[in-house]
Amino acid sequence: MVQGYVQIAIFVVVLVALVKPLGIYLARVLNNERVFLTPVFGPIERGAYRLLRVKPEAEGQDWKQYARSLVIFSLLFWILLYLILRTQGIQPFNPEGFHSGPWDLSFNTTSSFITNTNWQYYGGETTLTYFAQMAGLAVQNFVSAAVGIAVLAALIRGIVSRSGKSLGNFWHDLVRILLYVLLPISIVGALFLVSQGVIQNLSHATVIHTLSGGTQILAQGPVASQEVIKELGTNGGGFFNVNSSYPFENPSGLTNFVEMLLILVIPAALTYTYGRMVGSQRQGWAIFSAMFVLFIIGVVVVYIAEQHGSPAQHAAGLHTAAFDGSTGGNMEGKDQRFGIANTSLWTAITTVTSCGAVNGAFESLTGIGGAVPFANLGFSEVVFGGVGAGLYGMLLYVLLAVFIGGLMVGRTPEYLGKKIGAREIKLVSLGVLFTPLAVLLSAGAASATELGKRSLYAGINPTGFSENLYAYMSQANNNGSAWAGYTGFIQPHPPGNVGAFGITFADLLGGFVLITARFAPILFVLAVAGALAGKRVSPAGLGTMRTDNPTFVFLLIGIVILVGALTFFPAILLGPISNGLTGRLF
Amino acid sequence: MTPDDQQDTTTLAPDPEPEQRHAATSSERHRSRSLFDWEILRPAMIESVRKLDPRVQVRNPVMFVVEVGAVVTTVAWLIQAFGGESLGGGHQPAWFSFTITVWLWLTVIFANLAEAMAEGRGRAQAASLRAMRSETTAKMRDGGEKPASELTRGDVVVVEAGETIPGDGTVIEGIASVDESAITGESAPVIREAGGDRSAVTGGTKVLSDRIVVEITQEPGGSFLDRMIGLVEGAERRKTPNEIALGILLAAMTLIFMFVVVSLRPFALFANTELSETTLIALLVALIPTTIGALLSAIGIAGMDRLVRRNVLALSGRAVEASGDCDVLLLDKTGTITLGNREATEFIPMPGVSEEELAGAAQMSSLADETPEGRSIVVLAKEKFNIREHDFNGHEPTFVPFTAETRMSGVDYDGTQLRKGAGDAIAEWIATEGGHAPPELRSELDRIGREGGTPLAVARDERVLGVVYLKDIVKEGMKARFDQLRAMGIRTIMVTGDNKLTAAKIAEEAGVDDFLAEATPERKLELIKEQQADGRLIAMTGDGTNDAPALAQADVGVAMNTGTQAAREAGNMVDLDSNPTKLIEIVEVGKQLLITRGALTTFSIANDVAKYFAILPAMFATTWAAGGDNGPLHSLNVMNLGTPESAILSAIIFNALIIPLLIPLSLRGVRYRAIGATALLRRNLLIYGLGGLIVPFVGIKLIDLVVHNLLGA
Repeated sequence: MVQGYVQIAIFVVVLVALVKPLGIYLARVLNNERVFLTPVFGPIERGAYRLLRVKPEAEGQDWKQYARSLVIFSLLFWILLYLILRTQGIQPFNPEGFHSGPWDLSFNTTSSFITNTNWQYYGGETTLTYFAQMAGLAVQNFVSAAVGIAVLAALIRGIVSRSGKSLGNFWHDLVRILLYVLLPISIVGALFLVSQGVIQNLSHATVIHTLSGGTQILAQGPVASQEVIKELGTNGGGFFNVNSSYPFENPSGLTNFVEMLLILVIPAALTYTYGRMVGSQRQGWAIFSAMFVLFIIGVVVVYIAEQHGSPAQHAAGLHTAAFDGSTGGNMEGKDQRFGIANTSLWTAITTVTSCGAVNGAFESLTGIGGAVPFANLGFSEVVFGGVGAGLYGMLLYVLLAVFIGGLMVGRTPEYLGKKIGAREIKLVSLGVLFTPLAVLLSAGAASATELGKRSLYAGINPTGFSENLYAYMSQANNNGSAWAGYTGFIQPHPPGNVGAFGITFADLLGGFVLITARFAPILFVLAVAGALAGKRVSPAGLGTMRTDNPTFVFLLIGIVILVGALTFFPAILLGPISNGLTGRLF
Repeated sequence: MTPDDQQDTTTLAPDPEPEQRHAATSSERHRSRSLFDWEILRPAMIESVRKLDPRVQVRNPVMFVVEVGAVVTTVAWLIQAFGGESLGGGHQPAWFSFTITVWLWLTVIFANLAEAMAEGRGRAQAASLRAMRSETTAKMRDGGEKPASELTRGDVVVVEAGETIPGDGTVIEGIASVDESAITGESAPVIREAGGDRSAVTGGTKVLSDRIVVEITQEPGGSFLDRMIGLVEGAERRKTPNEIALGILLAAMTLIFMFVVVSLRPFALFANTELSETTLIALLVALIPTTIGALLSAIGIAGMDRLVRRNVLALSGRAVEASGDCDVLLLDKTGTITLGNREATEFIPMPGVSEEELAGAAQMSSLADETPEGRSIVVLAKEKFNIREHDFNGHEPTFVPFTAETRMSGVDYDGTQLRKGAGDAIAEWIATEGGHAPPELRSELDRIGREGGTPLAVARDERVLGVVYLKDIVKEGMKARFDQLRAMGIRTIMVTGDNKLTAAKIAEEAGVDDFLAEATPERKLELIKEQQADGRLIAMTGDGTNDAPALAQADVGVAMNTGTQAAREAGNMVDLDSNPTKLIEIVEVGKQLLITRGALTTFSIANDVAKYFAILPAMFATTWAAGGDNGPLHSLNVMNLGTPESAILSAIIFNALIIPLLIPLSLRGVRYRAIGATALLRRNLLIYGLGGLIVPFVGIKLIDLVVHNLLGA
C-alpha cells in the first residue's frame, strides 16, 4: 500500500506544481493578453474573427447576449453532429461499412457530446465511422470544453466587474480558448501518446491469431488525436468501448499518468486563474484547497476500500491480503498494468471532474469504494469538476456558503465586496439545485417503470439500483462514465451496426436530462454573472467575512458535503452502501 | 449587558391584575417581562391555533408544507381508524400514524406559537402605548376644538400647562417644559421652544408649564405613536431584504427535499420496500428546515421589538438590517464623544496676579452665566479656593450678557468692569480701554489651543488677569467603545466644528479613527458622499435642521427625538432618548438579527444528518435482506434506536420540540460579540454547526429511550 500511496503522492505533487504556471497562462488567454503562442496563432485568431464577423474588443456582451450566442452556437453544433451521425452510410473513412444507429441513439449521443458529457450508449469501434469520430465527436470534444471555460470566464468577469454589464464576448472567448489552450496541448499530447504506442490510423480492423490458437479482431482508427482532448476537455468518451483500459488508448503506466494529469490539470489550474482574475491569489487557493481536500478524501477512501476488498469477497473466504507477487485487494475490473492504486486514483479523478473516461470497471468496485464516484457526482461535480463547469459550479456553492456564513457574522452577505441579495440567492439556488432535481426525477422515473428496468444488466438488486441511479447522475452531471451494464442490449440495431445499444426510453430520457442539466445551470450561472456585474463593491474590513482563510474553506467543504449528502444519501444507501454492508453477492 | 439579557434571566414573576395593566404607564412598558409571561403566552396559544388557517400558513412555504403533510397523515390515520390499510403500504399500526399526525400538527402550532409570542410581546408594548393615546381634544389657535384624531398637517393648536399635546408637530410660538416620559420613559421634563433645534413635540406627551402653539406635522393616524404601535405589533412589518433572500433559500431547500422524498418511493419500490405515506411525510418534515422556518418571522418581529425597547423607532426593518452593515459611524463630538460641554480645569494667572485673584474675578464674571462652561468656572473656583458668594461690596452688580458681537460676558459693579471671553476679543477690549495685553497672554492662548483646549481670557478694567483653561472632557469608556467598534470592523469619524488642532487632539484622546474638523453641514454631506462612493455604508446621528440633508444621505440616519421635525423626517430612525451613543446599540441589534437567522439556519440544516441516521435505517431495516432477517442498512442504526416506529417518532418529536426550546433564543437573539468576523464565524460554526450535528443525536436517542422503553412503542 505504501507504494500505492507514493504513486498517488507523486501524481499530486506534479499536479500542484502545474497549477500556477498553467493558471497564469490561462488567465493571460482569458484576459486577452499576449502569450507566447500569439505569433503562431495570431493570424488564425484574427481570421476567425473576420469569418465570424465579430469585433471582440469592441463588442462586450451582457449576460443575455452572451447566453444567446452560446445557445445559438450549441444549437448549430447539435444539428451538425446529429446530421453526421445520421449519415454514416455515405461517409468516407468507413472501412467497416457502418450504418447509422437508431435516431434516438443519435439524439442521445449528439446531446451527450454537445454537453461535454460523452455518455455512450454504443461501442465506438463497432458503431461509428472514422469520419464521425473525427469530424463529429472529436470536434465536439473541443468546442464543448471551450464553452465550459467561456462560461466560467463570463462569471468571473461578472464577479470582478465594477462598471457596466459586459461579461466579455462569447465568440472571442471561444476562439482564444480553442486556439491557445485546447489545440496546442492536444497536438503535443497526441504526438506524445503516439510515441508511447497509441494508434493513429484509418485502417481496417486487423484480425490476428493469438498464442492460444484463437482469432481476435483488433479495431483500428485515429485514436491518439481523440484521446488527448477526451481527457484534456474532461469529455471522457472513449474511441473504444472499454475506454482507457484498452491498450490502444492507454498503453502504459506512463500514459496512464499523463492521461490522469490531462484530466485534472485545467480544472485545477483554473482556480489559480480565478485568483489572478479577481486580483487575490488567496481567493483562488481557498477554492483550490476545498476542492483538494474533498478530492484527496475520495482517493484515499476508494484506495483503502479496494485494497481491503468487499464483504462479499471476505464472506466467500477469498484471500484479499497482499502477498509477494500480488497486490491483494479487489482486482476485479481492474487492469493489471495499473493496479489498485492507479485505478483508484483514476476513479476519483474521473468522477470529481466531469470527465468520465475510465481505466477500470466501476461496477466491479467494492460497495464503499463505489460510493465515492456516487458522492463525487452527488456534489454536482464541483470538486475540480469539468473544465470551467467545475469552477463555475463551485462558485455557486461559494455564494451559498457566503450567504449562510455572512449572516452568521451579522452583515448582509457579500462576496469580494458585492452584496448577495434575494436575486442572487434565487439564481444560485436554482443553479445549485437544478442538477440534483434532474437526477432524482429521471432516476426515480426510470427505476419505477418497466421501460427503465429493461436497461438494467445486474437485475433487481443493489448493483442494479446503482446502475440505474448512476446512469442518470452521470448524464445529469455531464460526466459520462457508467455503472457498466446500463445499456439494455436490446435496441434493434440495423445491419452493420452491432454496437448500438440502448433503448428508446433510456436514450430519450437521458438525452433530455443531458441537455437540460447542462444548459439550465449555464443560464443560471450567466444570470448570476449578470446580476453581480456592475454591483457596487464595498471595501473589506474586520467585520467582513473573509473568503480566503481556513475557516471559510471549512465552511465551503461543509456546505458542499451537506447539500450533496442530504440530497443523495437515501439513494446511495440503497445502492453501493448496501453492497458495502453485506456479505451477500449481488 | 443589554436590557434584554436582564430580562431573560428573570423568573416567572406574578403578574399584576389585568386592571392594573390597563392603565399601563411607560415605566411599565420598560419593566422587564419574562419570556413565558402567562399574559402573553395564553393569547399566543389561542392565536397559534387560529394561525393554522392555510391562508396564513401559505405565506411561509416551509410550514405550509408541514401543514399539508399533517393533513395527509390525518387522512391516512382516519383510513386506518376505520379499518383500512396504512396509506401507501408499509403495514404500520394505526397508533403510529396517529402519533405522527399529532406531532406534525404540534410542529405547526409551535411555529405559530413562536410568531404569536413575538407579536404578543410587541402587542403588550403597543397596549401601553395605546393607553396614552386616549382621545384628547385639540384647542385650535383660531378658536374651536377638534378631536386629536382628526388633526391634519398644517393645523395649529394651542397647548397649555397640564394638557396633553394632541399630535406630532413643531412649536411655532412659546416655550414650555414637557413631560415626555410616556414616549421615552425618562421622567425628567424637557424644554421645547419655538425655533432652533428643540422645536419638535410628540403627540401623547404632556405640557407641564407655560403655553405653546404647535403646528401639526402629521396626517391622521400617522403619528409617532401610531407608527410605533404598528411596528411593535408587527402589522406594518415588511420582510427585510435579507429575510427575503433567506426565505428563498429555505423554499429552495424545501423543494429539493420534496423531490428527495418523492423519488424515494420509486427507489424503495425498486428495492421491494413499501413505505407508508405517513413515514415519507415524517421524513420530509424532518428534513425541510422547519426550525428556522418556524422561527424566522419571530426573529424579525423580536428584532424590531428589541429596538423599541431601546427606545429607538425604526421607520423600516430595512434600516435595522442596514445598521448591521455599517462600515462607518459619523459621531458628533459634542455630547457623543465628549461630555456635552467644556469644563474649566485650570486658572492661569498673568504675571503679578495671584491664582486666587484670577479665580475670584472669573467666578464673579460667571455668576450670571448660565452656560455649562460658566457654571463649571464657578464650580472650579469653589473647589480650588472655596470661593462662594460675592457681595460686590454692597453695590448692585450689572451683568453684561454674552453677545455674538462682543464675544464677551461679564459684570459691572462699583465702577469696576469684569469681562471674560475669547482671547482676541478681550485683547481688543483692553486696547479700547487703554491698556494692553501682556505677551504671556498670547503664548498661553496658543499653548491651550495646541493642546486641544479652549482658552477664556479674564480682564478687570484695562488689565488682563489671566486665562481659564476650558477643556473638552472625553466621556468615560468611549475609548473602549471605539476599540470594540474597530473590532467589529466599523470605523468611527468624529465630526466637530472645532479647528483641526483641537479636533486632532480630542480625536487622539478619544481613540476615533478619523475626524472632520471645522465641519459644516455641506462638508458633512460631502464626507458621507465620499465614503459612499467607496462603497461604504454610513450611519450617523443628527438633530438640527441643517443635519437633515446628511441624515437623508446616510444609509442609517438616526434623528434625535429632541431634534427638529425636519431632522426626524430625514432620518430613518428616531432615538427617543436622544442619546447619540445609541447608534452603537442599534448596530448591535442589526447584527444580532442577521446572526440569529444565520445561526438557526445552520443549526436546522446540520440537524438533518442525525435525522437521516434515525429515519433511514428504520425505513430500510429489512431492505435487500435474505429471508426475514434485517437487511444491510439496519447496521446504520448507529443510535441503536428501539424499533423502526420509535425511531421515526423520536426524530419527529425532536423536530417539533426543538422549536419551542429555541423560541427564547430567537426572541432574545444570538449574542453579538465584537471579536471580528473570522472569529465570530468560527465560533458560530462551532456552536450552531457542530452543535447542530451533535445535539439531535443526543436528543433523538433520549426521546427514543422514553418512547420505546416507557411507552413500549
